[in-house]
This record gives sequence, structure tokens and C-alpha cells, in this order.
Amino acid sequence: MVRPGDRIFRSLTSGAGVFIVVLIAAIGIFLLLRAIPSLQRDNVNFLLSRDWVTSDPANLRFGIIDLLWVTVATSVVALVLATPVALGIALFLTQYAPRKLARSLAYVVDLLAAVPSIIFGLWGIQVLAPQLLPFAEWLNEYLGWIPIFALGNVSTGGGGNIFISGVVLAVMILPIITAVSREIFERTPTAHVEGALALGATKWEVVRTTVLPFGKAGFISAAMLGLGRALGETIALTTILSATDAQPNYTIFDGGATFASRIALGSAEFNDNLTVGAYIAAGLVLFLITFAVNALARTVVAGKKEYA
Amino acid sequence: MAKRIDVKDLNIYYGKFQAVDGVTLSVPPRSVTAFIGPSGCGKSTVLRSLNRMHEVTPGASCDGKVLLDGEDIYASTVDPVSVRRTIGMVFQRPNPFPTMSIKDNVVAGLRLAGTKNKKELNEVAERSLRGANLWAEVKDRLDKPGGGLSGGQQQRLCIARAIAVQPDVLLMDEPCSALDPISTLAIEDLITELKQQYTIVIVTHNMQQAARVSDQTAFFNLAGVGQPGRLVEVDGTEKIFSNPTQKATEDYISGRFG
Repeated sequence: MVRPGDRIFRSLTSGAGVFIVVLIAAIGIFLLLRAIPSLQRDNVNFLLSRDWVTSDPANLRFGIIDLLWVTVATSVVALVLATPVALGIALFLTQYAPRKLARSLAYVVDLLAAVPSIIFGLWGIQVLAPQLLPFAEWLNEYLGWIPIFALGNVSTGGGGNIFISGVVLAVMILPIITAVSREIFERTPTAHVEGALALGATKWEVVRTTVLPFGKAGFISAAMLGLGRALGETIALTTILSATDAQPNYTIFDGGATFASRIALGSAEFNDNLTVGAYIAAGLVLFLITFAVNALARTVVAGKKEYA
Repeated sequence: MAKRIDVKDLNIYYGKFQAVDGVTLSVPPRSVTAFIGPSGCGKSTVLRSLNRMHEVTPGASCDGKVLLDGEDIYASTVDPVSVRRTIGMVFQRPNPFPTMSIKDNVVAGLRLAGTKNKKELNEVAERSLRGANLWAEVKDRLDKPGGGLSGGQQQRLCIARAIAVQPDVLLMDEPCSALDPISTLAIEDLITELKQQYTIVIVTHNMQQAARVSDQTAFFNLAGVGQPGRLVEVDGTEKIFSNPTQKATEDYISGRFG
């Protein structure tokens, strides 16, 4: 016999569970349905073409290869810069800082997440880019023989490149990575910490033998959360990146557009279903990439189950 | 190996609260000393002060002396890390490192101390696991995680980990309280074997256990809630359990204690 209260509560919670699945599926299906007609009329290879000519619905030429490059490159630069710093901050806050200082510092880091993206964009191109120019030129001059530091397809002096975008993105994803890893590191079981201390471990050795192994999976998913955010960031990168039609040199000093910034820039010409469909197709690819990143993060986290 | 401990006028505080008042006792080498007493009487706190583990709790401090073969482990020149390397500890709940294999758990202390030689690590792992009566049960799965063992095996793994660094003293904080009777018996047998080589101090709530394994018993008590814990008396285990000097001890061991 099931009581009415149980039945009502059960239906409410199952309803909520079903709703989220339906919502995701609906978004996916919407993107797909709107993208297909445009994809069928695309005159170039969607995955491999560098073209993006969508103003004439009768002659669509659009491909994502450049968008993919800039999107992935900016996010990877951001991740490479942000993860070590976030790891350091989280370890400092949980292991080294006095309790009071840790609380206020954590608050400051969280505040960083409250700054609107457009402010980051303005700051990035107007303040940060000129400041980092000497460093960028130095990289270019002395490490330019490494392909990724070579000259890009836009002027380095303008600052509208992957490098500056990556630095700004790094600042933007720092709070989320720090906050998640801080919470994980805080939950390191006291029993493990004391076990290490009792063997004569120093503070750093405690961190190395207990805190880091315990928090590794959580830290990776925190980084992936940050990566997901970086991949989809729109307005800051729309502000920073210099638009260009030139062939990318596959260096961090390339300009161009990401999926999100290309869509944002194109929103003025959303007057024909086929034109819109081209942008939606690009959005669909971004959707799939973020999906893949999340799936990857879950696999990494689940991989070490035996030791959990 | 196997050093003696002399505690003199030890007071322990958590912030402003005094948890333990004026403990003086001696632990002879190659013997087992049991700390018994009601909950909150400070016996675990005293045990944790013997390897400076209580300092890990924020706000904890102490005064008085703890001498290891005559050397004050609280002297300002002494590094608590080196104290803990020579005085091993086994905890109430088995706490093998969950991300490490059985073998890596055993040699964790040696690795911390800088030993890298694979052959030496393997030898120590085998010797310590044999010493903890666990070798036969785990020798075929040394590379499996330590968390996969039963509770009693995990606790013996923790003992193996503690003796792998050949400490001078082994402290045990209620090592059997989370274990079933069979595993408890295995640990008690092990303690009897280990005292040939080590000085052992064990905190236990189980008076039969204290009577079975220890040579010397210390009874701790507290006058009331909010009062610091005190050492009531310490003497040969047989004497404490048959003819204690203090009335409070007799009341406690005979179960007439609230």
C-alpha cells in the first residue's frame, strides 16, 4: 500500500528528473532540425572549410575549421594558465592559510566570478593587452622558432589574439576551478591526514600523500568545468579577438573568432532561416564539444573507482 | 629501538580549556602499557601528546616534560616531524591510504624518509607484513589497494606501516574498537609479539583487553564535567586488576562506575 503523500512526492521528483532529460534532448533536436536544411545547401565542406559566407541564402558557404581552432586554442591556453594557479590557491586556502584569512581570500576569489564578462573583455583588450605586449613580443622573438609562438595572422601589437584571449579566459575560469577544488581538498579525511603525519610526514608530504590523491579526480572535473566555461565564453572574446579572413598560422598570436563569438557577431544578419541555420550548425558543434568534454571528465573521475 | 618514556607533570590544553592535569608516569622499554578510563578522561589526549600528534588540533598546547630515553621531545630544538618518525601510531579506525596499494602503504613511511631502493623497499614490506601477521593473507595481492582488505586486515596493514620505519615506540589509540572479536584477538596476539622489540602504549576501553595484553596499566579519571582529566594510578596490570590502591580504580574496574 502506497500513501498518497509518497505517491505525490515520487511523481514530483520523477517529473523533475524527466524534465531535465527532455530539456537537453529538446535543445539538441532543435539545433539539429534548424541546422540540417542549411547544411544540405552548404556549398563547401562544413567541417573542413575556412569560408564563412552566409549573407546570401542562395549561395551558402560556411565551414567551422577556423572556429574550431580558435575556440580550442583559447580554451587550452586558458586551462594551461588557470589550473596551476587554481591548484595553488586551493591548496593555500585549505592547507596553509590561517582560517580567518582563508575565509576572506576565498570570498575575494568568488567575487572574481561575479564580474560581468563584458568587463573582462574591455579590460582584456584595453588594459591587459598593452601591458602584456612586451611579453608577447619577447615570446615571439625568442621562442618564435617553436611553431605555436610564431607570428600570427593578425598584428601582435593589436592584442586581439588567442594569447590575450586565453589569459583573460584563465582569469575568468579561475574562480570556478578554485572553488570546486577547495571544497574537495577540504574534505580530505582527517584519518588519512593524521595517518601521514604519524609516519613523520611534513606539511608538503601530507599534501602529496593524502590531499592530492584524494582530490585528484575532483580537481580534474573542476578543470573540466572551467574548460566548459571557457569553450562557451562569448562576449569577452567577441570584444577581444580581431576578426580576420587570413589563413591561421596555428600560433597563439592568431586572431579570428570562436564558435560563440562568430555567432554573437552574426546575430545582426539573423533574417533568413537558412542563414540562421548556418550559425545554428556551428552552435551544434560547440554543444557537442562541451558534451564531449563533460563526458571525458566523468570518465576520468570514474576511472579510479577501485581506489575510491 | 625500544626506548623508555618518562612523562613529568604534563598539562594539556585545548585553547583555554585544560584537558589533562599533571600526569606523571614512566613507560619501560619492551613492555605494554595500557591507558584505561571513562570517555573524556584524557587518555587519548595523553597518548597523542607522546608523539606530538595533539598539536595538529588547532589551539592545542601543553607544558611539562615528555622524555624519550631522557631527551625532551618538546625541547624547542626538536622538530615534531622527527618525533613522529621515531614514535609510530596506530589509530582507532584503520586508515590505510586509499589511493595506495598494499605494498605502497607499508613502505609509505620509508618513502617519506627518502628510501628509493626497490629491493630494500620490497624487503621491508615483506618483513613488516610478516611482523604484522598479514604476509600470508596478502602476499599474492600486494599491488591491490589497501582499502579492499577487511577491517581487521586493514588495521594490521596500518600496524605493518607503523613498524616498517622501525620506530622506538608504538602508540595505539583503541586499535580494536572498530573490529570484530576474531580480528581483535589477532591484533592482541600481535601486540604480545611486538613487545619483544617495541615499547608499546595502548589506549583501550576494553578492560579485559588491558588485562590480557598489558604489563602495566594506567587508570585515568576526571572529577566532573568540564574538569581536566587526571592520572589516578599506574601500576603493574595484575596489581591494578586485583588490588588497586585507589578506590576510584576499584570502582571502575569492577563496573561500579557511572
